[in-house]
Amino acid sequence: MKSWFFRFFTSSIGKKLLMALTGLFLILFLMVHLAGNLQLLYNDGGVAFNVYADFMAHNPLIQLVSKGNFAFILLHAIVGTVLWVRNRSARGSQGYAVQKTKATQTNAGFAKNMWYLGVIVFVFIIIHLLQFWAMMKFGDVGADVNLVDIDGKQVKNLYALVEVAFTNMPFVFFYVLSMAVIAFHLWHGFQSAFQTIGWNHPKYTPVVQFLGKAYSVLVPLGFAVIPIVFYLRHA
Amino acid sequence: MMVDNKLIIGLSGFIPVHINLLSTFINPYQPLSTLINLYKMKLNLKIWRQKNAKDNGRFETYQVVANEHMSFLEMLDVLNESLTSSQKEPVAFDHDCREGICGTCSLVINGQPHGPMGGTTTCQLHLRHFHDGQTIVIEPFRARAFPVLKDLVVDRSAFDRIIQAGGYVSIDTGQAPDGNAIPVGKDVASKSFDAAACIGCGACVAACPNSSAMLFVSAKVSHLALLPQGKIEAKKRVMDMVNQMDEEGFGMCSNITACEAECPKQISVENIARLNREFIGSSFTSTEKA
Repeated sequence: MKSWFFRFFTSSIGKKLLMALTGLFLILFLMVHLAGNLQLLYNDGGVAFNVYADFMAHNPLIQLVSKGNFAFILLHAIVGTVLWVRNRSARGSQGYAVQKTKATQTNAGFAKNMWYLGVIVFVFIIIHLLQFWAMMKFGDVGADVNLVDIDGKQVKNLYALVEVAFTNMPFVFFYVLSMAVIAFHLWHGFQSAFQTIGWNHPKYTPVVQFLGKAYSVLVPLGFAVIPIVFYLRHA
Repeated sequence: MMVDNKLIIGLSGFIPVHINLLSTFINPYQPLSTLINLYKMKLNLKIWRQKNAKDNGRFETYQVVANEHMSFLEMLDVLNESLTSSQKEPVAFDHDCREGICGTCSLVINGQPHGPMGGTTTCQLHLRHFHDGQTIVIEPFRARAFPVLKDLVVDRSAFDRIIQAGGYVSIDTGQAPDGNAIPVGKDVASKSFDAAACIGCGACVAACPNSSAMLFVSAKVSHLALLPQGKIEAKKRVMDMVNQMDEEGFGMCSNITACEAECPKQISVENIARLNREFIGSSFTSTEKA
């Protein structure tokens, strides 16, 4: 007999709960990430951003949370894929010739395509990690990443890496497009997570829905503005 | 006094029913068939035909002459009568009470379970919501857990097995006066009653892109868990019913809410949130370890 804990997390609602909890964690992570990234907009040649990047790379608590973050991204992707496969097989091979709905909810289109949106986000994350995180962590100093002197301390110059990427037109285009995809994913995901954990209440659900919509527009917009500003400054 | 029937047919959509009827009474010699002709409509039907569970199935087209006061199922009766009289196999479809309370009728009509009207079953749908010459596509409910048995009839016994797993109260609840002796708040009683309105037709599964049965299960769980008589077995009930739901091969809710939109009893997805709360809470707090 399998343990109740295993049975719970492999049940339909258990898997949905995993998606909701990891999703909510990633929503919080995005906000912190954005707060850091906005320092790129200081016109100080990257001093503030490089100090921040150095702090994030060496703070033991941040390092622990970042390990959790990687684990949650993977868990969200794996459980999401399992759900997608199961849901497709539950539908059966014979589809409808005509399909119509009385639903007026605007996020139904995104809700049906969360896995596809998620795959695009996952590919973006891989490219994103290879380009910045892997360079900082495993890159050769002098070849992949240079050092910069800030108040007598030698720190890796992440700002320079970002500057190269964000002044490259095709990359800026790809980055902004990826943020739009994240916005669509969040538009459904944010409020769906609350419904899944059972938070549906006449007083609070409208608030959650409003916050979800505001978040899914503002946060990806905040991320997208940075490469656009860099590109315009450069040009 | 002569009445130009052609004119009346042409205007029948605009003239109130009593005026149309009046024109019949004006001419007492007018035969009944004329009255029927007033509301006559020709429909083109594209119906899913499938000999048995193993057959691949295909669409076949039929023409039927009906009238706009018929219910959708009466129109299919007319079609079957003509098929039978010409030695052809009638179209198999599920029906029983024909007054919207048994949950037996099904059908996906022009892409919508129970057809285009909100909050009604197929048997409550009338042809006045269609127009003369319209093409209507009729398909069975589609889901792996609802295999097609023949034509438009699907096997919904998976729902019965979910109910058997725990959708009942096994304690002695006494007679009606005993029920009235237990105080239940009006708002709670109303919520429970709204959930109890579920007739278990399976339209939620048919509408769901994931073929999830969570609206059905959540309605049954909510209906009982909200009331004092149902609370006693609530933890075991929700775990057993969800386990059975998973075993039957239904999909998992993505909060798309297509189920709520198509439900003939307008069961709210608020119940799904309650199902999640009940299941998560029961799994972590029940004293049964396995």
